[in-house]
Amino acid sequence: MTGLRILLGAAILGGLGAAAPFTPLWLISLVTLAMSTGLVVCGLIILWRGGLVPFGQALFFATGAYTVALSGRWFGVTDAFLLIALAVIMAVLVAFVVGFLLAQYREIFFAMLSLALSMILYGVLVKSETLGSTDGINVAQASFFGMMPRGPGYTFALFWLALGMVFAAWVGVSAYLGSVAGQLAGAIRDNEIRVEYLGISVTRLVHLKLTISAALAGAGGALAALSISHVDPQMAYWTTSGGFVFVTILAGAASVPAAFLGALLFEIVRTIAVALLPGGWQLILGSVLLLTILFVPEGLGSLMIRKRVTVSGREAA
Amino acid sequence: MQRTSPRACLARKVSAALLFAALPIAAVAQTAAPAAAPVNLGIVSFLTGPAAGPFGIPGRNSAEIMIEMLNAGKVPAPYATVGLAGAKITPKYVDEAGSTANQVTEFRNLVQRDGMNAIVGYISSGNCLAVAPVAEELKALTVFWDCGTPRIFEERPLKYVFRATPHATMDNVAAARYVLKKFPDLASFSGINQNYAWGQDSWRDFVAAMKALAPKATVDKELLPKLFAGEFGAEISALLTTNSKVVHSSFWNGDLESFIVQSSARGLPARSTMVYTAGETAMFRLGAKIPDGTIIGARGPHGVMAPDTPLNKWFRQVYEDRFATAPTYPAYHMAQSILGLKSAWEKAAAAKGGQQPAIDDVIKAFEGLEFEGPSARIRMAIGNGHQGIADIAYGSFRFNKAENKAEIVDIVRYPAECVNPPANMTSTAWLEAGMPGAKCN
Amino acid sequence: MITVIAIVTDGLVYAAWLFVVAIGLTLIFGVMKILNVAHGAFYAFGAYAAATAIGLYFDRGWPVAGGYLAIATAAVAIGLVMGYILERVFLRRVYGRDEVVVVLITYALFLILEDVLILIWGTDGRSAYQPYTEAGSFTVGGLPLSVYDIGLVGFAGLLAIASALTIKRTTFGRLLTAVIYDRETAAAFGVNVTRVYTVTFLIGAVLGALGGALTAPKISVTPGIGVEVIVLAFAVVAIGGMGSMEGALVGALIVGLFRAGAVHLIPQLELFSIYAVMALVLVFRPQGLFSRVQPRKI
Repeated sequence: MTGLRILLGAAILGGLGAAAPFTPLWLISLVTLAMSTGLVVCGLIILWRGGLVPFGQALFFATGAYTVALSGRWFGVTDAFLLIALAVIMAVLVAFVVGFLLAQYREIFFAMLSLALSMILYGVLVKSETLGSTDGINVAQASFFGMMPRGPGYTFALFWLALGMVFAAWVGVSAYLGSVAGQLAGAIRDNEIRVEYLGISVTRLVHLKLTISAALAGAGGALAALSISHVDPQMAYWTTSGGFVFVTILAGAASVPAAFLGALLFEIVRTIAVALLPGGWQLILGSVLLLTILFVPEGLGSLMIRKRVTVSGREAA
Repeated sequence: MQRTSPRACLARKVSAALLFAALPIAAVAQTAAPAAAPVNLGIVSFLTGPAAGPFGIPGRNSAEIMIEMLNAGKVPAPYATVGLAGAKITPKYVDEAGSTANQVTEFRNLVQRDGMNAIVGYISSGNCLAVAPVAEELKALTVFWDCGTPRIFEERPLKYVFRATPHATMDNVAAARYVLKKFPDLASFSGINQNYAWGQDSWRDFVAAMKALAPKATVDKELLPKLFAGEFGAEISALLTTNSKVVHSSFWNGDLESFIVQSSARGLPARSTMVYTAGETAMFRLGAKIPDGTIIGARGPHGVMAPDTPLNKWFRQVYEDRFATAPTYPAYHMAQSILGLKSAWEKAAAAKGGQQPAIDDVIKAFEGLEFEGPSARIRMAIGNGHQGIADIAYGSFRFNKAENKAEIVDIVRYPAECVNPPANMTSTAWLEAGMPGAKCN
Repeated sequence: MITVIAIVTDGLVYAAWLFVVAIGLTLIFGVMKILNVAHGAFYAFGAYAAATAIGLYFDRGWPVAGGYLAIATAAVAIGLVMGYILERVFLRRVYGRDEVVVVLITYALFLILEDVLILIWGTDGRSAYQPYTEAGSFTVGGLPLSVYDIGLVGFAGLLAIASALTIKRTTFGRLLTAVIYDRETAAAFGVNVTRVYTVTFLIGAVLGALGGALTAPKISVTPGIGVEVIVLAFAVVAIGGMGSMEGALVGALIVGLFRAGAVHLIPQLELFSIYAVMALVLVFRPQGLFSRVQPRKI
């Protein structure tokens, strides 16, 4: 990843940030929420390149979201940056611990075990009546540098925060994917044993990937919690995880920006479907997924990449 | 003034007479004139998923028919005026299925993108809790129509959110009172409730009310199966091994019907009387499958327990004519929420001399409002005037074989103050204190 | 004592249901390596078809015994139709693609079918209780039991025996075993793998629909019943070992008895029981209880 592309990315995101005051508020909220999904999907891309698809990424997503809600409720933390940092730390901790177990597994077993773990968190949350059980709890309004913007100001602040997180995730994940550990993902996917013969511990690599993806999922959960102002156990349910995998398929594992565009597209398709066919929006959503898999097998990101390859003749990171 | 010929004078008299006769029509026509822009009303309800059949669709249907009749000015007094203070209502229906994130997004879309003037929505308590802060942030008048959790106004005061439908504490307090009327010497009871917020809250409230009213009665079995489990064999066995005379359940929809059928097949009703706090939605569908004597609630004095007022008669009539089925309590909840909004709207309009009110005026008018629902008088008495209370009724099920009709007999009506906490107490605190200040006569 | 009887019978009844639901899933996975999320849709459609069939049948006042035949016919018919369409139109295009991609195809199909279900049958629940209530009940040690439930246990037992015999004794069973062990080698030996796939998927679909159809008389058939079943069936299959028939049986028994025990003794644990068992089993036997050692390809 070159300095030029970082600059370009920063310029695009900065432009988006500057355009915010001239954009309808509902669209800004929608984009903010899509960015939170995009962050989780970024993490899924890291795993997917290594041939791993978790059906339980909602575990880390919900951990991040509940960390934000409870830090506010129990310890009175309101600073948005601190809340997100706490959420990431908690998600990383959880991933580090369950990673010792999960990193032993591959393929469908990895998917199933991560699903089981997230469903256990779901069960615990449903059982916690002090946390509102399935009704969940509200998230207190966050502050930014000691300021408490109200109304549209809060929406803008969250949007700019989201853009900042997207930028950080984009730079960070691109750097990781370009590193040796990141490049080994394809090798792990193709043939793990050969990688082991190179003297590299695949289990530890997978553990690392899982932890990074959990950090991103935790950040996504934190952003979602702030932007929805509410958390509930549904965030840990398997359908939430399914939604993340859905977007990953839509976006493809080819590039990081595609994760965010895919998430945005997903959110837009969903909201249009709900408006168009209130009683049958799942039908539209399912059809979009089906058509994507059948006709754009590498995801929408692959369309962008293909173009770029023909222009610059170089593979994108 | 011009001088006029006698003929012209006659013509003017005739036309004046005609005009006079047409005045009521003209008045209606005038208020419906393009001068009053239509009011955009977002209606959110489950259109898909398990809650659609028993709650979402009856609610949606009720909204459809109420809005249509209000726009035509066909609702009986005191609601005979067109729309909301003369402005016709344009509804937009949204599905409540999907995550809370989706609901919050769609709520923002309704307010900020689609320019809704007010929202009447939400069955799920989780969605109500999630939407409430957003409604405040967007300053959007929102009327929750079916969700039951008392937490909405107890956690913090809200300005833009109202709920005409009483909260769920009342259902279980009244259930306890009714049970003890039927079984004054009850030694022990059990409960089977779905393992999510609604089930847990219902059971907790019922136990607390029983503790206050009959301290000697003990809890035998406390079962909380997974929501939508469908299969209750083990739970039924567990209940069969107890000596509970009464089993409390807040089941609804599929779980309710499955449980009734499975427990009847295994003879549970012969040993214990079942109390279904939300049983009314199933009584017509199951009919004779429900054992006689089962205690049934309707989250208010709705459905067959509703009094025989002209408004109620009219409501049942139009609803049955359109949808070929009797309105169950969700239909009543929706109707009373829309009528509450209309009452507030028109009270605010009257204060402004008949002009369309601003949202802040409507809110001021809604606070502490009293109005007639199809089944009960609703008083926005608690939650700083944002939460309605009303009477509630409980009764016992009986299947009338002669007429092949499901009936409710032994109906007892409890006044609102008998089963609701006072304005200055949360429902949990009120129950724990032994329900002080309850006025039951 | 009565509690022990209750735990065992409740556990067996629940296990029987789980087994019928899970066996189709594990069969499809074993042979085709497809984790079929649309299995939940087979279940739901089977339940709706059976409810409709039972309704039509009993409306005519025909004898009760034939009602059971109506259930079976409805399940087989809808299973065959759906299985055929799904396999021919969608899955055949993606054989050989990444396992996870195929899972997502079935996920997409599931989402679509959930709404198609509402389009066909509406959002109101359907009920068809006659076969369940007419079967009656009897008492064991003071505990009333439903004849239908016990019949379900018998049916599950027969199904287990029949599937074991089919695999071990018939030509098709041997073909299946060959494909399960090594698809490419089987193809090289002249096995028509595509046909084996089609037949397997049809059988799996019919079994899924049968699971729903047999449950229909006990429950109110409502939209969304498929979602609940998928994860349960996944858990059973994961515990038993993906693709293993005897695994599905043992997995169903473990989950069934564990859950019944939890309900009677520690009701608080009921919600976790299945996932806790699943996580526990996977910790000690990552591939499930009954799974073959996979050859390592270097």
